Amino acid sequence: MSASVKPTGFPLPSSLQVVPGTERAQAAYPYYMQFTKEDDERFWFYNSMHFPEPMSPFDVTTAEAAYCALGAANTRVHCLPTTLGIDYRIINGRIYIGGNAVTDAAEIARRTKEFEQRAFYYYANWERLIAQWKDKMLALIREAQTLPKLALPEFEPLEHVHAGRGIASNHYLLDVYQKTLEGYFRMWHYHFEFLLLGYGAYLTFFDFCKKAFPEISEQTVARMVSGMQAEIFRPDDELRKLAKRAIELGVDGVLREGASPDDVIKALEQLGEPGRTWLQELAVSRDPWFNINVGDGFYHYHRSWNDDLSLPFSALPGYIANAKAGERIERPIEKLMAERKELIADYRELLNNEEERAAYDQMIALAHRVFPYVEGHKFYCEHWYTNLFFNKIREFGALLAEHGFFEDAEDVFQLTHYEIEAAIIDLMTAWSSGSPPRGPARWPAIVEERKAAIKEWAEHETPPALGPVPEVIDDPAIVLLWGITRERLDGWLAAGGQADSSEIRGFAASSGVAEGVARVVKSVEEIDRLRYGDILVCRVTNPTWAPIFQKIAAAVSDIGGSMSHAAIVAREYGLPAVVGTGTATQKIKDGQRIRVDGGRGVVTILE
Amino acid sequence: MRSSESISWFADVTLSDRPAVGGKGGSLGELAHAGIAVPPGFVIRTTAFERFIAALEEDGPIRAGVAELEGHDLNGITAVSENLRARLEQAPLPDSVHREIVGAHTEFCGENNWPLAVRSSATTEDAEDLSFAGLQDTFLWVMGAQAVLNRVRSCWASLYSVPSIAYRRSHRIPENTVAMAVVVQRMVEARSAGVMFTRSPLTGDRSVVTIEATWGLGPALVSGEVTPDRFVISKITGEISVRHISDKHIQHVPAARGGTREVDTPENLRRESSVSDQELAALKDIARKVERHYGQPQDIEWAIDRSGEILVLQSRPETVWSARDQTPVAKPADNPLLHVMNIFGGRR
Repeated sequence: MSASVKPTGFPLPSSLQVVPGTERAQAAYPYYMQFTKEDDERFWFYNSMHFPEPMSPFDVTTAEAAYCALGAANTRVHCLPTTLGIDYRIINGRIYIGGNAVTDAAEIARRTKEFEQRAFYYYANWERLIAQWKDKMLALIREAQTLPKLALPEFEPLEHVHAGRGIASNHYLLDVYQKTLEGYFRMWHYHFEFLLLGYGAYLTFFDFCKKAFPEISEQTVARMVSGMQAEIFRPDDELRKLAKRAIELGVDGVLREGASPDDVIKALEQLGEPGRTWLQELAVSRDPWFNINVGDGFYHYHRSWNDDLSLPFSALPGYIANAKAGERIERPIEKLMAERKELIADYRELLNNEEERAAYDQMIALAHRVFPYVEGHKFYCEHWYTNLFFNKIREFGALLAEHGFFEDAEDVFQLTHYEIEAAIIDLMTAWSSGSPPRGPARWPAIVEERKAAIKEWAEHETPPALGPVPEVIDDPAIVLLWGITRERLDGWLAAGGQADSSEIRGFAASSGVAEGVARVVKSVEEIDRLRYGDILVCRVTNPTWAPIFQKIAAAVSDIGGSMSHAAIVAREYGLPAVVGTGTATQKIKDGQRIRVDGGRGVVTILE
Repeated sequence: MRSSESISWFADVTLSDRPAVGGKGGSLGELAHAGIAVPPGFVIRTTAFERFIAALEEDGPIRAGVAELEGHDLNGITAVSENLRARLEQAPLPDSVHREIVGAHTEFCGENNWPLAVRSSATTEDAEDLSFAGLQDTFLWVMGAQAVLNRVRSCWASLYSVPSIAYRRSHRIPENTVAMAVVVQRMVEARSAGVMFTRSPLTGDRSVVTIEATWGLGPALVSGEVTPDRFVISKITGEISVRHISDKHIQHVPAARGGTREVDTPENLRRESSVSDQELAALKDIARKVERHYGQPQDIEWAIDRSGEILVLQSRPETVWSARDQTPVAKPADNPLLHVMNIFGGRR
């Protein structure tokens, strides 16, 4: 695109081309996710916050299940007056989403009546329903944990026969698979049971602050509301605790930068009582807090800290060094809470009159009640439960690989969830008939083709949005989560015409100015490339990368709004951060020197 | 330094002194009391003016001559004004008044020949601020006791300027309730100067301080030919959300024999910020303090002298946003949950 052409809109979906050579891979995705001509009539944006990398055929299950539940909550359960659910499409591995608005006044009025009976009930009974939710989630997690192990014995165990069970082992492959999928779809319903209501309460307070103080920054409002003690922060807190304990027990010497978890554990086992004590405390921390994964819950390869101890272990040397240098490494919760209280009181004092103060008190009280769930639910849903889900699918992958369907268990993720069921039935039939399964002749080549397609898609940029831009974007989730506002869209449109601008703008997530070498990290596997003092440039920052924040000088992301608790963590670390730039990973080259001004939301390319 | 009958040093001025020291004098005294740095000085109370007028009245009416005028009678007012002003400019000062003023000047300046500002500060017995035309005369860069005496006379005489008389007569303000105090204050040799608004001029946001700054003497003292640097800083968090450095091609500096003159800014300073981040934070703290003291948003004039000290020159209540509709942004609801309808109910 030449710099002199000012684009007037985003490209139409129909103008996007499937990358040549990947057509069959594109066709593998379910029919209801493919773009059609009718889709040209509405607005879509690339959801790079949740899906920053091309999605494999199995991983799109996460989008299907999530949007199934989100829409149900909005459209049918709480009956949001002006917002229905979300439609989604995939092209070249990238997920685009579009909201559905209700604009008819009579319909809005009808839905408002329903909303008052449903959403208000939830707000009024929030704490009790949340406690109930916690029990439901833990029960769901237990269900996933206690799904039977997969087995295809040569002969049905004798005890099953003598017990008159009457169902052969192969049936349980299908049963467990369907239960695995069903549980995952159900989890998302729990996920959205409260979430949009939580966002709405936050936005209500945010909206008031913006009206009362037009120049207030989003990060200030987020600081006033953040609970700081939600479960999502616990994993990092456990690491800090373990670092301190290592020093106290005198075993910190073996927790060196670059040492593998296996080597570290072996070394600790040889350190007698102190080593054993630390390992016991590690075991306690791991359950459940190391169930956090390195992603956001949407990719099978974002493993948990329990599955791969190298991420948490890589953070320990840094915490240990800081503690030994006399720094206090625990998160200063009391100080943060005191600061929050002061912020709230200071702004309250500046309001014009007692009426405004009373309204402010009401709105922030609701925001405070809902926010712990908004921050904490992820740990149970996108982390702990999701790990169990992907690991169970992995078990199927291992079984299928054992029977020649795949070269590697991980290849299972190159099949859609429909195709995996077919492969399982193929295997079940083979076990029953005694003939070899058909899968090994079919799947390996398809898997190779799809892996190649994903690699290809990762090399291609994709437009941040498609189709005609709506006048008003009313959906609270869209505004808040993705930072998609009319101004942001105009910014993206304008940015397209300024190919050589050295300045990139986004949301000021965390104050401070830093200069350094940019590392454009496109996937979490590349995190190792970050050196002390580097500036992280990525699609979306992720709270589970919090331990990395102690290494870097600043963080810049393509997408994200004031909700990102990565912003909260960045502030706690005093790390300058700018989010929601739209195109930072495209504009900034790996190794370039850049300056990040987190207080103004400006990133400048220096060379 | 001890105050005498007609002289009040800023530190001695209290709220109850307003009728005798006028709006400007009272304001500077209050700021000084609140611990805010203002250029040091003293107020010549209305008692000095009254003594002078009393002496003049013996030779012929002063106040009575004004009291019988009609507000629209421009010819009459002009004649009386010329006559009274000539008398005030020429008559000898009572000894005691002369002594007190010269004594105060000597005590204040000592060996130094400091340049001073001499400023009218009119008042009524009700301590109302008479902020109308002709009574806010300010004389800058006044040096030496004699020059001060001359300018004090000029301030007193300005009470009888045509516009001042016309205003008082039109508003039927009783003559015997009006008097003139005079503020004598050290001039700041400003390295940088400017204004700050404790309420955003753009949005009315009360949580930010907008600061405009330039090199040399402030825009309040000169006609605004320079685009100042502009900053917006949060009162609460200290975040600087706007930082706009302009090309400050000229500045105003004091002239050798008094008054000010315009010079070109050195090339290397034109696009340099005229205030540092620490100074911005300090200015913001001063703005908060002044605003708290007055209990309402203020427009404040300030200067930073060559030693880096920040001084407040003047503070006035903000008028633009305060005059606007004060409808609350939101009112408390009987059911607090109803507020969420702002978000879920859609744009209306």
